[in-house]
Amino acid sequence: MKNREKLVVGGVEFTSRLWVGTGKYRTNEEMAAALEASGTEMVTVAVRRVDLKRGSGGLLDYIDTKRYRILPNTAGCYSVEDALRYARLGREAGLSDFIKLEVIGDERTLFPDVMGLLTATEILAKEGFIVLPYTNDDPVMAKRLMDAGAACVMPLGAPIGSGLGIRNPYNIKIILETVDATVVVDAGVGTASDAALAMELGCDAVLINTGIAGAADAVSMAAAMKHAVMAGRLAYQAGRISKKLYATASSPLEGMLL
Amino acid sequence: MKLTVNGEEIDSRAKTVQELLLELGVKPGAVAVEVNLKIIKRAEHPAYPLSDGDTVEIVSFVGGG
Repeated sequence: MKNREKLVVGGVEFTSRLWVGTGKYRTNEEMAAALEASGTEMVTVAVRRVDLKRGSGGLLDYIDTKRYRILPNTAGCYSVEDALRYARLGREAGLSDFIKLEVIGDERTLFPDVMGLLTATEILAKEGFIVLPYTNDDPVMAKRLMDAGAACVMPLGAPIGSGLGIRNPYNIKIILETVDATVVVDAGVGTASDAALAMELGCDAVLINTGIAGAADAVSMAAAMKHAVMAGRLAYQAGRISKKLYATASSPLEGMLL
Repeated sequence: MKLTVNGEEIDSRAKTVQELLLELGVKPGAVAVEVNLKIIKRAEHPAYPLSDGDTVEIVSFVGGG
């Protein structure tokens, strides 16, 4: 059985169940404040060419790497070959084996190419990577990815950056019930209730970028997401009441004046 | 010596990867370097030789999700 009390991925224990992306903030200062407000312990980053005219550095000047674990991604990769290359470069740049693996199959939806994802997961896991694959909300593929050596599965709630929330909570539930895996909803979370729903379903964590960075007040939304993830987790652990069609009185009938 | 660095052709006097990073003003740290598609580990930067016509990629982290 999976460990339901603590979140452990790749041998690392996390207190916060919210992972946050570092893209699309208006300024680096805003990003740093949002990370702080979110309470996160792991942040995703992309691997790109150093701008030789403007110099390197930049992002990591604003991220305290003692406080936040860096999770490089393979965003923008449309082939296994590219994803492997970016993963290996990310490992060399960050000196960590964690990789958020994306193999994208379609430009418009940014849906994953699950065939490529599976192949890349298997290769990178054998190379000692801790592979966190961004995948579809498909229980069969989730199982295949775990069999291939993934450290967890990260099904999308909805397309990346769409803010559509958890479009198929039933599939997420089936993944949780049928696959022995840590499950992190990645992509699509638009507001606090989406994050809470993911956690109420029993997911182990949520990864959010655009939902925070794109909000009118990113720092406040980061705080909202932090509380939503905590509330959703508590509600899941508390065990919600079942839904009923008709009313059940909360106050006793006994002792009423007749 | 001509090198292609991050897609641009440059003239360089750097004999090694480390010298190239210095020449370009790239702070060591969270960067990864590839020479002709081979990743050159940080410990090898001081000794890894560059030759005319080499293709070099220097990458780092940017904001991403």
